[in-house]
Amino acid sequence: MTELAWIDAALTSARPQAIGALLRYFRDLDTAEEAYQDACLRALKTWSLQGPPRNPAAWLIMVGRNVALDSVRRRARQVELPDEETLSDTGDAEMAAVERLDDSHYRDDILRLLFICCHPDLPAVQQIALALRVVCGLSVPQIARAFLVGVSAMEQRITRAKARVAKTAVPFEAPGAPERAERLAAVAAMIYLLFNEGYSARNSEAGARGCLAGEAIRLIRLLLRLFPAEPEIMGLAALMLLQEARAESRFDAEGEIVLLEDQDRSRWDKAGIAEGLALIDKAMRHKRPGPYQVQAAIAALHARAPTPEETDWPQIDLLYANLERLQPSPIVTLNRAVAVNKVRGPSHALSMVEPLGERLSGYFYFHGLRGALLEQLGRRGEARESFARAIALANTPVEAAHIRQHLDRLSSAPQPEAGEAKYS
Amino acid sequence: MLYAILCYHHEDVVQSWSKEKHDQTMANLAKVTEKLTKQRRLGPVARLLPTTAATTLRKDQEPPLVVDGPFAETKEQLLGFFIVDCQSLDEAIETARELARANMGGSYEIRPVAQLDAGDLPA
Repeated sequence: MTELAWIDAALTSARPQAIGALLRYFRDLDTAEEAYQDACLRALKTWSLQGPPRNPAAWLIMVGRNVALDSVRRRARQVELPDEETLSDTGDAEMAAVERLDDSHYRDDILRLLFICCHPDLPAVQQIALALRVVCGLSVPQIARAFLVGVSAMEQRITRAKARVAKTAVPFEAPGAPERAERLAAVAAMIYLLFNEGYSARNSEAGARGCLAGEAIRLIRLLLRLFPAEPEIMGLAALMLLQEARAESRFDAEGEIVLLEDQDRSRWDKAGIAEGLALIDKAMRHKRPGPYQVQAAIAALHARAPTPEETDWPQIDLLYANLERLQPSPIVTLNRAVAVNKVRGPSHALSMVEPLGERLSGYFYFHGLRGALLEQLGRRGEARESFARAIALANTPVEAAHIRQHLDRLSSAPQPEAGEAKYS
Repeated sequence: MLYAILCYHHEDVVQSWSKEKHDQTMANLAKVTEKLTKQRRLGPVARLLPTTAATTLRKDQEPPLVVDGPFAETKEQLLGFFIVDCQSLDEAIETARELARANMGGSYEIRPVAQLDAGDLPA
């Protein structure tokens, strides 16, 4: 690793803490960002000569604060400028004082910074774009590329989002326990959105989105280090790591989606799975279940199965039943029906799926699964109708092609096959 | 004498590495460990999962207390270790230097090993 690459990595990882602290000092996002930028410029100069400091974030905060205060003073023409040496050469004793002063604040600083990005008035995409810009430090062109929009359009979006955020009064005192929990939940939801933005759209033409999933994992790890005993944060981290471990095998050489049970499991990332499994194990010990933990536990059962046939469907059925209770939604019930089909057969599954028709009538997977269940039950005419609707609603050519295979089988096979519902 | 070379680094920095950087570093390290293996000087090598996956059992009380997270909140974290056979501390330091050239940043703590049970685990 070259010196420059090391400095770059150190600056990236120190960024949330440094900007979070500078935001607390200056109570203004733009000033905090400028101060951080200035500190980074000085870091490049100083660190390449003296090596990186022991605590890069504290160094950046200290220097950033001095530089910003200095420019305020310069504008006020009250105090004479200290020379360059004094500014860039922050002594060890001073650094130690800064660390003592601020260590207890850092956690809430970073949480506040992330929370500001989750403003409920901001549409999800703007929340994510703002977090990528401010917290992760991605450049506007990088973010624009990830969202497949023009640079100036993204610039505008981020500027608007910042203006919106600036108008909101976010309390800068340390939050109480209920507020902290509320912020944590909002931030977790935003991070999962960011992850899904990268995860769901990763294919050949949108490769740039892959970096979004990586940034999301960096943020959830950061949150987990700050809140090491929160089972839902462990659960979300586990969920994301387990999904990400399968990311490479979700697409074939042509960039087409490969369904879970057709994936080459030897291509799954073992380290990611090990970390995900370790985290869900830790989370469950707390016996405070939540939606992220349950979803991670389901992902863990898939990850643990050496072959699709060895998947523990009865346990997945139970976990989905849990999730239905914690977070009722027709999509969850639809997913549960896949497990029910494996455990108790298509007629049980179909009786779960049918009542969802009203709410999911415009949903591709609903018609796809319903068709597959009807096909298994030998109700071929109805199956055909369902598949036709699914094709009309398909989001991608691959989805449509997959359903067409079912239709072809229906017209060629003399007997209804024991088809598998391939939705997970 | 056996020496443990304990690898400390800022965990979040290591996690910020790009995949290319990561793969390059692993390839660099592999060159050094292959050499040590040929010299029959390399024992167990472990890379640890992040400290976020750690659980600590505080056993200075009864009953012992289970705590989420690593033993100590430190700026740099123990990320893994090598066990290497060296003639002297000088040789151990030289070996650590070689590893360091393959993987810049962070620190190696060089600790003589009092007792090693190689165990019977498959790699």
